[in-house]
Amino acid sequence: MSVVVNRVRRGFYADSVALMRISRSLSSFAGVEQASLMIGTPANRELLAGSGLLDGEGEQAQADDLVIALRVTDPIAAEAALAEADKLLAGGQAKATQSGIPTVRGLASALNALPQANLALISVPGEFAAAEARRALGCGLHVMMFSDNVSIAEEIELKRLAASKGLLLMGPDCGTALIGGAPIAFANVVPRGDVGLISASGTGLQEVSCLLARAGRGISHGIGVGGRDLSEEVGGLMTLAAFEALEADPATRHIVIISKPPAKAVADRIHARVAKSAKPVTLCLLGVGGMTLSGAAEAVLGHRLQQGAQNAVKPRRGWIRGLYSGGTLCNEAQLVLLGAGLEVHSNVPVPGAGETSTLDLEAHTLIDLGDDDYTRGRPHPMIDPEVRNQLLSTTLADETVAVVLLDVVIGYGAHADPAGLVAGVLQATPGHRSVVVASVTGTDGDPQNYSAQAAKLAAAGVLVAHSNAQAAALAARVVS
Amino acid sequence: MSIQNLLSGVPSVVNIGLSGFAADLAAQSTPVVQVDWRPPAQGKKHLVDLLASLSAFDERIAKANDEALKRMLAGTPVLIDVQPAGEVIKGLVDKALGDKVLLHSGPPITWERMCGPMQGAVAGAIVFEGWASGLEAAMKLASSGGVKFHPNHHFGAVGPMTGITTRSMPVMVVENRAFGNRAYCMINEGLGKVMRFGANDAEVIARLHWLADSFGPAFGAALRSSGGLELAPLISRGLAMGDEMHQRNVACSALTLRALAPHLAKTGVSADELSRILTFIAGNEQFFLNIGMVMGKSIMDPVRGIDASSVVTAMCRNGTDFGVRVSGTGDQWFTAPVEMPQGLYFPGYSEKDANPDMGDSAIMETIGVGAFAMATAPSVVGFVGAGSVKDAFAFTSAMSEITLARNPRWTMPALDGQGVPTGIDVRRVVESGIQPAINTGIAHRKPGVGQVGAGVARAPLACFEQALAALAAVLGAKP
Repeated sequence: MSVVVNRVRRGFYADSVALMRISRSLSSFAGVEQASLMIGTPANRELLAGSGLLDGEGEQAQADDLVIALRVTDPIAAEAALAEADKLLAGGQAKATQSGIPTVRGLASALNALPQANLALISVPGEFAAAEARRALGCGLHVMMFSDNVSIAEEIELKRLAASKGLLLMGPDCGTALIGGAPIAFANVVPRGDVGLISASGTGLQEVSCLLARAGRGISHGIGVGGRDLSEEVGGLMTLAAFEALEADPATRHIVIISKPPAKAVADRIHARVAKSAKPVTLCLLGVGGMTLSGAAEAVLGHRLQQGAQNAVKPRRGWIRGLYSGGTLCNEAQLVLLGAGLEVHSNVPVPGAGETSTLDLEAHTLIDLGDDDYTRGRPHPMIDPEVRNQLLSTTLADETVAVVLLDVVIGYGAHADPAGLVAGVLQATPGHRSVVVASVTGTDGDPQNYSAQAAKLAAAGVLVAHSNAQAAALAARVVS
Repeated sequence: MSIQNLLSGVPSVVNIGLSGFAADLAAQSTPVVQVDWRPPAQGKKHLVDLLASLSAFDERIAKANDEALKRMLAGTPVLIDVQPAGEVIKGLVDKALGDKVLLHSGPPITWERMCGPMQGAVAGAIVFEGWASGLEAAMKLASSGGVKFHPNHHFGAVGPMTGITTRSMPVMVVENRAFGNRAYCMINEGLGKVMRFGANDAEVIARLHWLADSFGPAFGAALRSSGGLELAPLISRGLAMGDEMHQRNVACSALTLRALAPHLAKTGVSADELSRILTFIAGNEQFFLNIGMVMGKSIMDPVRGIDASSVVTAMCRNGTDFGVRVSGTGDQWFTAPVEMPQGLYFPGYSEKDANPDMGDSAIMETIGVGAFAMATAPSVVGFVGAGSVKDAFAFTSAMSEITLARNPRWTMPALDGQGVPTGIDVRRVVESGIQPAINTGIAHRKPGVGQVGAGVARAPLACFEQALAALAAVLGAKP
């Protein structure tokens, strides 16, 4: 007979990603059936109550308290699990102290501690993000909003405010930037150089900057503008502001704009601005004229990218199953498959692709596991690829599947060893009949190291393509 | 700042949220500071809405707060005299308020709700005034409505701990020369068994008589002869010498003695009496606390009642309730139950013996010293419950989150000359959930035992939440 046990820690706040990681570790602890660590906001308490994990003690928790909620086999297991929770929580804190990063309670003391600060990186829950951004802009800071769930009205207001102050507002939902050579959030270690990138897509920016870097070309800056910047409503406010800045930037000689095809009025505005540019510009509007991320990199380089995984693969019958952590990489792969004359379905379909949210269609299917349906209540697969590991093993067991397509995104912010996890799943599934094709978005400067990740995949039998587009093209060849 | 500036230099990042990003930036030697972010107003929706409704008045509030700050920073407090309270505090002699009036610390309170030490001090003061022959009779008089109670704050006065002030007690007079207002406070009786901690035996009453009959007149004469003691520069020096003026007043007490000893010598008291007076001052490291408090009151009174200002003008406690006043809501009190201080106890005592937070001395934090200036007084850090010198800096840093400015007159050498955090903004308190910290002595819960420890108390957020709602109502803000 299982029991529910709650323990409340007063005045304890930790970000939800950290808590979710601890929840997961704790769930696999002996005697624990379910574990959830949450800050005691009314909404979170409702969630806990909904999953039958709230008891009288947890009900009393406030928004600055931590609730440790467990369903355990018996009270003895509860004690052991609570002790383990304490250890895990302390571990996180000890790490923060060791790192020696000054930690303060608010923006005012942050500016005291770091008077030269010029950029605020905001990753608080969406409902609070706009207020933090507004305040940071008020203090004269440029802003990068990693937070999502920010309304378009707020985005427009913030971008207008930023523009009026001559400040940059990257995002919302902007995960990647390279400023003055420094990778910020989900970004790769690339050499400094002369290519300036403006991107409405984080993984798009990562893929192009890494392809350029691996071809020996450096990056001056990579500016994320958020996925909606080129929408009709936002009107490309930050894309244009970033363009002005890169055009004026002496280190930048070539500008690349990466986005989904924008609204017509916005596209006209961008084209008009680009036409006046004194510097060469590559417009990477995915799908327009067959443009891909790889194509954009090649346009900048002026030559073809290196071709990987050329070894002949025997054609076979069956479906392609793509399991992506990067939404833009999933889009690019769809474009390549469509270009090869294949029908394709996706939960994030590009024009011409069918829509599906499941992996059991009798069709080629590419799924973005970073989409809300898969990330609700758990970390993004780039941070924690657990969700993909599970789907990868079931997909490998599926006799109708001919090719499994994967992206492996490394760099700062990403999981410490995503290739190792993929290899682990493959080794645990001997005798599967699928061809596994992957590409690694990263560089040898990244903490995970591009070559090492690629080698791990190859050793596990994965065909490693040089780029995401090449991986998709290879998959298409297998089934054609 | 333009975008080009960002691109031409090195990014320096304030990371608000996921700490992993800060670790990654630090690993690449990108300068970064981590904000330990919490949901605003503790995630309480009605408060978030209230703050949002007030943002429509930001400009008006900012202008009002500029005026409030200007008045705080312009204050020119001078300690000028000592007089019997009844001569200078009109509330004590106004027949309309009653014959037998006692002023107490904190917001208004009835006899029934007073804590033990305050009741003890009331009884002692009644005996001292001769309104009852003994303590038992005094208790009876007080409980039967035979005396009237009013807060010190209502009459330009303040008092530490119980803060009991009656007409025959000598009070120090500070004039704020920038505005012409005056404020009053009892003379500090010393440590141990004293009335401010609720003690009321014969020894306590006798000391009060000596203060009224000998010390007070002599100290007043010395002040008049000196032309008055300018307090703002004295505080500057004290901060540089390691006082935060609430828990530690060693330097300021010594500076006061040094300034006034020559004038005390000229007052004509006997050599024996002079020696007793000088010994009394020299023997009490907290002698200056009451001077600091009356100075604080004289600085804050001109800040009251500025239309739309969200600056806190008073924080005080009566041992039962904590009271807060905000400039834009006039003289209304916003009260909530006081919290227990966290701190260290003298040997033989523990939190079981402690009385809840008490006294008008939180006026020190209201003007930006005390716990707000903790960074300048590392020597008290351990005593008041903070662990290390770094923790002391963190106290001051946290208080800068809820204040509007740094006081350029009162700077802290250990923080490279940064001023003390000044001008508590009720909006920022509610939004950040950071409770103003108050360095405090801890009284025994039984009257007459005295101080049993010292620590840090926190102002209850409920006071500030009420004040915010009242300010929104005054401004006509619609959530």
